[in-house]
Amino acid sequence: MSRFNFWELAKNALSAHENWGRQWRAPEPKAEYDVVIIGAGGHGLATAYYLAKEHGVTNVAVLEKGWLGGGNTGRNTTIVRSNYLWEESEGLYDHAMDLWQDLSQELNYNIMYSARGVMMLAHTIHDIQVFKRHVYANRLAGVQNEWLTAEEAKEYCPPLNISKNMRYPVLGAALQRKAGVARHDAVAWGYARGADKYGVDIIQNCAVTGIRRGADGAVEGVETSRGLIRAKRVGVVAAGHTTTVMDMAGVRMPLESYPLQALVSEPVKPCFPCVVMSNTIHAYMSQSDKGELVIGAGTDQYISYSQTGGLQIPAHTIEAICELFPMFRRMRMLRNWGGTVDVTPDRSPIIGKTPVPGLFVNCGWGTGGFKATPGSGHVFAHTLARGEPHPINAPFTLDRFRTGRLIDEAAAAAVAH
Amino acid sequence: MLLITCPYCGVERPEIEFRYAGEAHIARPAEPSKLTDEEWAEYLYMRTNPKGLLAERWRHAHGCGRFFNAIRDTVSDRFVTIYKMGEAKPDLERLVVEAAQ
Ligand SMILES: Cc1cc2nc3c(=O)[nH]c(=O)nc-3n(C[C@H](O)[C@H](O)[C@H](O)COP(=O)(O)OP(=O)(O)OC[C@H]3O[C@@H](n4cnc5c(N)ncnc54)[C@H](O)[C@@H]3O)c2cc1C
Ligand SMILES: [Zn+2]
Repeated sequence: MSRFNFWELAKNALSAHENWGRQWRAPEPKAEYDVVIIGAGGHGLATAYYLAKEHGVTNVAVLEKGWLGGGNTGRNTTIVRSNYLWEESEGLYDHAMDLWQDLSQELNYNIMYSARGVMMLAHTIHDIQVFKRHVYANRLAGVQNEWLTAEEAKEYCPPLNISKNMRYPVLGAALQRKAGVARHDAVAWGYARGADKYGVDIIQNCAVTGIRRGADGAVEGVETSRGLIRAKRVGVVAAGHTTTVMDMAGVRMPLESYPLQALVSEPVKPCFPCVVMSNTIHAYMSQSDKGELVIGAGTDQYISYSQTGGLQIPAHTIEAICELFPMFRRMRMLRNWGGTVDVTPDRSPIIGKTPVPGLFVNCGWGTGGFKATPGSGHVFAHTLARGEPHPINAPFTLDRFRTGRLIDEAAAAAVAH
Repeated sequence: MLLITCPYCGVERPEIEFRYAGEAHIARPAEPSKLTDEEWAEYLYMRTNPKGLLAERWRHAHGCGRFFNAIRDTVSDRFVTIYKMGEAKPDLERLVVEAAQ
């Protein structure tokens, strides 16, 4: 497979871009692999890429029941930031933030990372206290984050309404300048192409239906819609479906799967410079490079695998958007969809070993795991290759729900994204 | 939006009148001080989260204010049955068989 560069682009331009080759293979599954990864979302594909590239483990299959990137990876609103509260999370999300910076070069694939800044609005005294606490905690840990007054927030994002007459006036904001957005599909495709180049088999339309365990309890392989595939190490990276996959191995999980919805408007010229989020009134927004406003809502209240939710949820979000940005009151919305997000009690992910030897899990990213994709894959690859966690993911065990060492990010992750 | 029938009021009302209250039939331990860490983790955090029939609690927050239980299919979001607090949990396997007929 060729590298993308100026000459390739020029050459293919001459044939009207009709002769670009396939970017990854569609292999038949082999009988056995060293590592099998369940789920070809961004996290599973990034894991495979770093397994091959950094640990030399290339006899790897990524099994996907649908199409790669068709889960939450391809449904999310692409916000990337690292201003979480606790040191454990700062370590994890800032590790990803470092990897985002030159990911396009690393993968030789334009993932369109745009560090346009993410601003989180405060509307109440409580918001101000919580966000300032985040700002101070982040700065102590060397994570970028700063406090803005309402006027400074408006200067950073001119469409913002800071009138005192709003139902929930803007009282200030926390801003992370190097945060931003990236193209979600490109992240999945870039990692898929990179992993495939090292010989990883990405097998789509292959649902895992069982986990085979030996007499000693250890994993021996997985049963799939395309037959038995043996592997002594299996990584479950199945987001909203993690409970159903872990059930196959008899492991109970502290997860609940909720619908999370988003919507986009008709495309318009560039008019919205950054990402703005409001946890208190449940809305956040950015503008894609195609010109659509990308708007995210909160989760629906009930457990569901329907990948759809109630219309009152986006309606509520749109009301907040219209109040915050009056200039968008006449915008028309084009599409609305949902994903199934796996939420943990402390709103932090689980990345590591399970009680079953050889079975590892990377899940619980809930409403906000896209931002962590490179870092998550990087540390999970380490965990799968060595059988032990990387220091960065060591605190994110499944066992923390027994020991009580929770990593409570409810405030940092309060609404989606 | 879901339409939910409150078993106390006996009327079908829109979801926004109700508050979800998670998985049903998780009993508070009778003797909390005797629990091991594993048992606490199971009680506090581990959830069935099924893809299929789920026994769950709802509260008619903007109506009578009372809690009740329901069996709902988490794929179609359809309510299979709704019952009052204190009534026994229906046999989920039988409901699956009945639904298939
Ligand atoms: C509407 C919405 C907005 C969001 N906005 C943001 C945001 O702005 N910023 C942010 O950081 N995060 C956001 N998120 C969260 C983010 O999308 C997820 O945390 C992240 O994409 C999870 O990636 P993943 O690779 O773990 O999961 P997924 O991309 O869901 O991949 C899991 C894959 O596993 C496959 N699978 C499941 N079961 C099986 C099986 N039995 N056999 C084989 N394959 C299986 C699925 O088909 C799926 O492709 C949002 C999510 C949603 C739904
Ligand atoms: Zn009632």
